[in-house]
Amino acid sequence: MEKGKGLARRWAVEFAENSYSSSPVDVPDPMGFSRSSSDPDDASASRQKKEAEAAWKAQKAWEVAQAPVKNLLMMGFMMWMAGSTVHLFSIGITFSALWQPISALQGVGKVFEPYKDPRVDTLAPKLLFIALNLAGLVLGIWKLNTLGLLPTHASDWVSSLPPASEVEYAGGGLPVH
Amino acid sequence: MAIRACLGLMILLVFSSTISTALFEDQVGLADWHQKYIGKVKHAIFHTQKTGRKRVVVSTEENVVASLDLRTGDIFWRHVLGKIDRIDQVDITLGKYVVTLSSGGSILRAWNLPDGQMIWESILQVSAPSKSLLHVPANMNVGKDNLILVFGGSSIHALSSTDGQIVWRKELSTNSLEIQQVFQPHESDIIYALGFIGSSEFVAYYVNYKTGEVLQQSKASFKSGFCGEASLASDDVVVALDASRTYLVSISFRNGVINFQQIYIPDLIPEFSGKATLLPSKYNGILAVDIASSIVLLRVKGVNELEIIEKINYPSAISDALPLSKEQQAFAILQHDESRIHFKVKFDTDLTSEVLKETIQMYGQRGNIEKVFINNYMRTDRTHGFRVLVVMEDHSLLLVQQGEIVWSREDGLASIVDSTTSELPVEKEGVSVAEVEHSLFEWLKGHFLKLKGTLMLASPDEVAAIQAIRLKSFEKNKMTRDHNGFRKLIIVLTRAGKVLALHTGDGRVVWSVLLPVLRKSETCGNPFALNVYQWQVPHHHAMHENPSVLVVGRCGHNFDAPGIFSIVDAYTGKVHNSLVLEHSVRHIMPFPLTDSTEQHLHIVIDDNLHAHLYPKTSDSVKIFLDEMPNIYWYSVEVGKNIIKGYSLEIKGEQDMAENVFQPKELWSIVFPCESETIALTATRKMNEIVHTQAKIVADQDVMYKYISKNILFVATVAPKASGEIGSATPEEAWLYAYLIDTVSGRILHRVSHQGAQGPIHAVVSENWVVYHYFNLRAHRHEMSVIEIYDQSREDNKDVWKLVLGKHNLTAPISSYSKPEVTVKSQSYFFTHSVKSMAVTATAKGITSKQLLIGTIGDQVLALDKRFLDPRRSVNPTQSEKEEGIIPLTDSLPIVPQSYVTHALQVEGLRGIVTTPAKLESTTLVFSYGVDLFFTRIAPSRTYDSLTEDFSYALLLLTIVALVAALLVTWALSEKKELREKWR
Repeated sequence: MEKGKGLARRWAVEFAENSYSSSPVDVPDPMGFSRSSSDPDDASASRQKKEAEAAWKAQKAWEVAQAPVKNLLMMGFMMWMAGSTVHLFSIGITFSALWQPISALQGVGKVFEPYKDPRVDTLAPKLLFIALNLAGLVLGIWKLNTLGLLPTHASDWVSSLPPASEVEYAGGGLPVH
Repeated sequence: MAIRACLGLMILLVFSSTISTALFEDQVGLADWHQKYIGKVKHAIFHTQKTGRKRVVVSTEENVVASLDLRTGDIFWRHVLGKIDRIDQVDITLGKYVVTLSSGGSILRAWNLPDGQMIWESILQVSAPSKSLLHVPANMNVGKDNLILVFGGSSIHALSSTDGQIVWRKELSTNSLEIQQVFQPHESDIIYALGFIGSSEFVAYYVNYKTGEVLQQSKASFKSGFCGEASLASDDVVVALDASRTYLVSISFRNGVINFQQIYIPDLIPEFSGKATLLPSKYNGILAVDIASSIVLLRVKGVNELEIIEKINYPSAISDALPLSKEQQAFAILQHDESRIHFKVKFDTDLTSEVLKETIQMYGQRGNIEKVFINNYMRTDRTHGFRVLVVMEDHSLLLVQQGEIVWSREDGLASIVDSTTSELPVEKEGVSVAEVEHSLFEWLKGHFLKLKGTLMLASPDEVAAIQAIRLKSFEKNKMTRDHNGFRKLIIVLTRAGKVLALHTGDGRVVWSVLLPVLRKSETCGNPFALNVYQWQVPHHHAMHENPSVLVVGRCGHNFDAPGIFSIVDAYTGKVHNSLVLEHSVRHIMPFPLTDSTEQHLHIVIDDNLHAHLYPKTSDSVKIFLDEMPNIYWYSVEVGKNIIKGYSLEIKGEQDMAENVFQPKELWSIVFPCESETIALTATRKMNEIVHTQAKIVADQDVMYKYISKNILFVATVAPKASGEIGSATPEEAWLYAYLIDTVSGRILHRVSHQGAQGPIHAVVSENWVVYHYFNLRAHRHEMSVIEIYDQSREDNKDVWKLVLGKHNLTAPISSYSKPEVTVKSQSYFFTHSVKSMAVTATAKGITSKQLLIGTIGDQVLALDKRFLDPRRSVNPTQSEKEEGIIPLTDSLPIVPQSYVTHALQVEGLRGIVTTPAKLESTTLVFSYGVDLFFTRIAPSRTYDSLTEDFSYALLLLTIVALVAALLVTWALSEKKELREKWR
């Protein structure tokens, strides 16, 4: 996947440089030369190529969007392995389960950047990606809750309260002897 | 699943190290110290005749019989008899047994002199405990079975000194007989026993030593009566004092004919006034009389002829006579002259000249000499040398020989009355560099040794050196405050009126002061020490001032006797202020309030129930008047079976001017006399800190503790069962436990235990009470716990309200709001009977609690509060197990490793005091009795610090090794990369 991405980019970059050389040089086009009316064979070939690329990009974007499913399943398995008592292993798993979706959500733009294309609609894959990661986050939070680490009970808020002070003071007792 | 189980097991192994809090053998003495004492010496018998170890056998007021090394003052052996087993007399028989007579002449025991093992014990039938005398014949004929005579009550017992068998017993068939003197003229088989019957009749018995036959008996009555003191002047003359203590009565009893002769003391000693006392001494023809200002030595020339030999001015002391030969006796006179003591020895044959005269310089505050015991030794030139054992006013014991104090023992510490703690001064800046370098080098050396020990490379010598370094750690004995709060001063008040500061590091006495106001004086005849309180604990405003403690005493044993106040600097022992109060001291209430100089406000309630405020500054009065409407006090009157609650009020101008407050009775609780008598009361410690008001139970549920400082626990027992265990049947014994709010007088809870009786011990902490008593039905001791919860706060369970702070849980509460309470309780069997109980206290109150139980074996046992949890059940649910609830068992377990005192005994244990250290996990424990023991314990282990024996050197070494490895691998990788690039 990585390799393909790199290849596509290199190829696209080279191609773009040739096609869009919108006069970086100050030499005007020769008379009678129309850039748009270039070779029709060439034009159709490039359009086809572009379409194929767009389709490929869209497909790749969907693939990337669905990737968290695997992660989700894996996390679920790990959580089941960790059990519901608080110890290093379960805490580690839970926190990684929380961290992965969050970091993925933060980098949504970056993940879909290679597939950015005017002809490719990346919104739907992005939404799917976000939804799946949110599901992962919910799973992590649910795990956190089963571990009892979420302050959802009255006890979590009360235990930090100091005892109430007393208005009255009483001393005395048995006579000192 | 298998993987999960395996993982679980691994994690369990990692996270649950051993639960036990016991310590290893080499940890003994690191944090704890133990000091052995004997108490104020009453009798001393020297044993120096034989070559070998010279020793002195002593018996003390703490009922200790001990054998001390005469060279060093160390204890060879020691036995602490029970609290009620008072030692009457001690002697040595057959040259190898120490004989003690105790319990009013009813128990005679023989101990082996070299090692202190008991040889035999005899219980004597004595009609009534009375003054008893032990007579051990001095004739040391080997092979002859010496008889020991015991005169007690109206009977004479003769016991074989080899096995303690009663050889004969003679009933003298007269009631209220008190034998005063017993003696045996040389080489005779007849024992003379002289005494008084009632207060006016003198009686002399002649008893056959072998058979107990009364050979002759003569009586005569004296009309003005005797005061009960008599001194033997010679073989046939006894001198007694009459009932008014102004006449000396010389009684001659030759051949059974009794003659009285009265001598008016002022005729003899013109400056005499007041009352005289006879000093118990056995001299040939010499009498020592103590008149108020001096000791007078009189020679008995004939029946009616007395002659003054010498007057010794106070303060002074005189010893018993020491027979040197048949005709010659020696005695010692010790006389005070400010810080010096003049020590004189005289022979009774020549009273005008002194055999020995020495002057001893006294250091420290020890007061006057109370008792002197003399002993002699042979010098190399065959003349007599003398040494004296001196008991001082502060109960310390000194040995004086050749003008020097050879050794001294601070035995006043065996009778601690009360104690408190004080912080040490803060460490000053600017310690010299050399000192630091030295200590750094030492530190490194120590850690290097420790490292060797950890890596098992140390030789036995080095192991010993490591142990020595650990024990004599410079750190723990410093005189400055430490980060963990382990170093403190324990300030103790002894019965003698001496205040001593002990360092928690090694138990040494930092300073000591014998309080002048607690010494006998004209204004205060019989003063005694009561309590010690924190007076000034500077931490904000008066930082430059030293903290001070308040010592409270009383002039005499009645409640109406005037009180004594003394304020002592906690760092130096300097007495800042001391005064005899104009009023008595019945209750003292220290307040958490302080005035502008950080002096704690104290209210003293006198015998007329008036309240007096101290310190008497306008500042403190102002602060107090602001708080006065909320201040209450209560009085427990055991004799009347009543508890009364009062508030304070000001009546009239005079009270206002003198800062005297009148009592206003608010409530009273009267216990029915026919069914209940108050046996015990207990309250929470004033300075106890509670971390939280909520108790989280299984399934995240919350219970609100009823935390009030004004809870009083009262235990009452049936009047019939108020005696010893076994004095009542289970049907007529019961025990009621009350929880009373002392502000409003409301009884929060009452529970009855049928068939239970005292002695009761209780401890109150946070929202619970634990008490210990005897169950007559089960024939076992029991411990019960009561936990009290606030029902009125129970509905504070809405999370959102709590998140937003819309609750009233931290609002101040008043006892008059009468919160509803619920109570949970449970009882368990407990194996030991208990001498004292306390509970651990930590700085923030987060750490779980342990009960400290002083057992009958004089040890301190730590018992987790978790064992005394009323929510224990036989089969706890999973969530309860997770919470840490232990399945219910009928008796509390005693884990041998949880003895705080490990292998040691705190003989005569009387009190356990806990003080929080700065480190939250740790409590300092000081227990006292005849012995002192100090240690620090961590009820939930030291979760907040590394252990003492943590190897910093190993850590350092590991870090260094890691860094080195990092550098090496980095260099290697650089090199390799370079090579790659050149390729």
